[in-house]
Amino acid sequence: MTAMIEARGLSLAIHATPILRGVSFALREGETFGLVGESGSGKSMTALSLMRLLPEGAEASGEILLDGRDLMALGEAEMCDLRGREMAMISQEPMTALNPVQTIADQVAETLIVHGAARPREARRIALERLARVGLPPDAIPPDRYPHELSGGQRQRVAIAMAIALRPRLLIADEPTTALDVTTQAQILALLKGLVREEGMGLMLITHDLAVVAGMADRVAVMQEGWIVEEGDTESLFTRMRHPYTRALFEASAHQPERRATARAEPLLVAEDVVREYRMPGLRLFGPAPRFRAVDHVSFTIHKGESLGLVGESGCGKSTLTRALLGLDPIDGGRIRLGGEEITAGRHMPARLRRRMQVVFQDPYASFDPRWKVGRLVAEPFHLLETPPEDPGARVAEVLADVGLPADATDRYIHEFSGGQRQRIAIARALVLSPDLVILDEAVSALDVSIRAQILDLLADLQARLGLAWLFISHDLNVVRAITDRVLVMQAGRIVEEGQTERVLTAPEHPYTQTLIKAAPQIPAAWRKALHG
Amino acid sequence: MRARLPLQFLIGAAIFAAFALAALVSFLWVPHDVTALNIAAKLAPPSREYPLGTDHFGRDMLSMLMVGARTSIAVAILAVGIGMLAGVPLGLWAAARRGSLIDEIIMRGNDLVFAFPSLVIAILITAVFGPSATNAIIAIGIFNIPVFARVSRGAALSLWTRDFIMAARVAGKRAFRISLEHILPNIANVLIVQGTIQFSLGILAEAGLSYVGLGAQPPTPSWGRMLAEAQTMIYTAPRLAILPGLAIVLAVLGLNLMGDGLRDLLDPRLRRARQ
Repeated sequence: MTAMIEARGLSLAIHATPILRGVSFALREGETFGLVGESGSGKSMTALSLMRLLPEGAEASGEILLDGRDLMALGEAEMCDLRGREMAMISQEPMTALNPVQTIADQVAETLIVHGAARPREARRIALERLARVGLPPDAIPPDRYPHELSGGQRQRVAIAMAIALRPRLLIADEPTTALDVTTQAQILALLKGLVREEGMGLMLITHDLAVVAGMADRVAVMQEGWIVEEGDTESLFTRMRHPYTRALFEASAHQPERRATARAEPLLVAEDVVREYRMPGLRLFGPAPRFRAVDHVSFTIHKGESLGLVGESGCGKSTLTRALLGLDPIDGGRIRLGGEEITAGRHMPARLRRRMQVVFQDPYASFDPRWKVGRLVAEPFHLLETPPEDPGARVAEVLADVGLPADATDRYIHEFSGGQRQRIAIARALVLSPDLVILDEAVSALDVSIRAQILDLLADLQARLGLAWLFISHDLNVVRAITDRVLVMQAGRIVEEGQTERVLTAPEHPYTQTLIKAAPQIPAAWRKALHG
Repeated sequence: MRARLPLQFLIGAAIFAAFALAALVSFLWVPHDVTALNIAAKLAPPSREYPLGTDHFGRDMLSMLMVGARTSIAVAILAVGIGMLAGVPLGLWAAARRGSLIDEIIMRGNDLVFAFPSLVIAILITAVFGPSATNAIIAIGIFNIPVFARVSRGAALSLWTRDFIMAARVAGKRAFRISLEHILPNIANVLIVQGTIQFSLGILAEAGLSYVGLGAQPPTPSWGRMLAEAQTMIYTAPRLAILPGLAIVLAVLGLNLMGDGLRDLLDPRLRRARQ
């Protein structure tokens, strides 16, 4: 079988900065081609080059052949005709990919009408049929719904229905499941797999996650800094890994930091029967507004020096619980005590209590005031001391050294640092008052695997040295396995399972935990063995 | 795209700087005294003595325009100042207590001010307290308050959900301190842009009030009144109406160009799109 789409020596520069350096690959019909790499490797730009949806100031060279016809020679009008008809794309963020003021059926039909493939009535019929194909049958999900009425996974299904409306021959999926929960991810991946099989189109799957391509792709290419460093059919690539970068990526994704047990039997934070409710928008004019119970009678204990994991999908109440633990939001029932003292929200919470607990957030880009220098940012928690330290600069330099950053970092603004460095700074800020407990809210989820491995090492090392406790909130079971002693599994506001991490992840008792573990993509054990054997 | 954005700002800034310079120079020196009447030289065409000619009382037009710029800019600056000093704290307060009763009171109060036609209220104020530049400043200033309150509340609300604000709360900081240290510096660019636009509207409003005789009183020259006085002579000496009219249009245009340019320069979203 010959190649349907082929790139030959594809190079790309944006404002004279090289992004792609001679990328070549070929994709056949009915084949799934995985493109793996870390952020900045050029994998998304490769996809955008194929579609010719490049940012301003981009200059591409090389050849892109669709059935032997060079797309680089085509004009914009001809490309417009090809997009959607011959090749289509879905992106990571299903909310921004859809028009919020158009019903889902109209959006799918629009693709058909724009390309002149069908008249409005016919287009709607095809749209409904395509929506049903992606798992949104009209009788279950009314086609006149708007995107905000759907869940993230359903929105991604709509995006897929739009992409496949004209039965394109190439579907490019750029991190299609990164923003989704594991169970939803499994469903979307299964849908894509089915589409490739039944419709015979080629799928280009772009992801940072080796486990996802392992289960999906026929062939895989690994990208680094604009090059394809290794390419091959999936099994032989995973079992051989000739290029050191591929190997490094693989090692990092399964990284297990060396940990020393620091947990003691003494309880540090005790939550008893915690309840947190939200008022929902009232449906009736009078009478009590309906209430949504985000945290439902949750009880658990964190011991001194312990690393406790909290696992759950989006909307399960993890973030609400975090805010309650930090004393930022009041609770509607139960109580939370830290070292025997009760946590109360708002201004009633004494600084003495508050400084024993700090937090690190998920997004290293939103965690810092862009107008402050690092020295001031890290020193912000000093506000909780009655008397500021005599030499605050020395303490800041000390914690920066603890997290592996040079002391001269204090004089720079946050935008001068990479995502991984920022997360180190966030950890430094959390440590500056030597707290007993640090809550890590998806603290490594936004990082590339190699950076994630470094941060996990740092966290393990800090715990061993400082004997503090982590509450590690994550949806990523691999990360939880790597860094926690015990784990709580949360579903719909309740803790459904609790136990030693190894026990819970290898022999889960609750059906929900079992579902979670089953849904998480895994690199086949046989391949791992072949690689290490 | 890249080259055009600073250009827009530069043109606007250059126009406005010319007016500001003329206003500043008028404090020290003007070609002719604007209060001295010289009937002998009335309606003189432009000459070396009178670069822009004279009006129906023989006053030098250039001098009148220079002092008029002073009036316009002073009134507009003070009015924007009132709006910012009262509006921004109100907006920050409403955002810090979002969803509470105080938020409702502040924002509905804003709506109340917005609901009145501004010119009618300005006329009311000047009718009660007498026409003067000061009362014009107060009248225009009051209508700037809800503008700044809304803009700062809106900008602050989107910041309050950010993680770095959460970090400041975890550091035990109260809403007042967070507003001052984190929110205000981060909405400063929005406020500067809005300030520029309100400034141009202030100049326009001052001209309007003076035109109907409710602004600066004679003999203080003002663009709006120059326009009003010129309208009876629009056919005999159109220059008298064209010159102050042009001054108003140019000043407003310059400030709006500057505001748009600043918005493009300062808005981080647009900046990112440009890179």
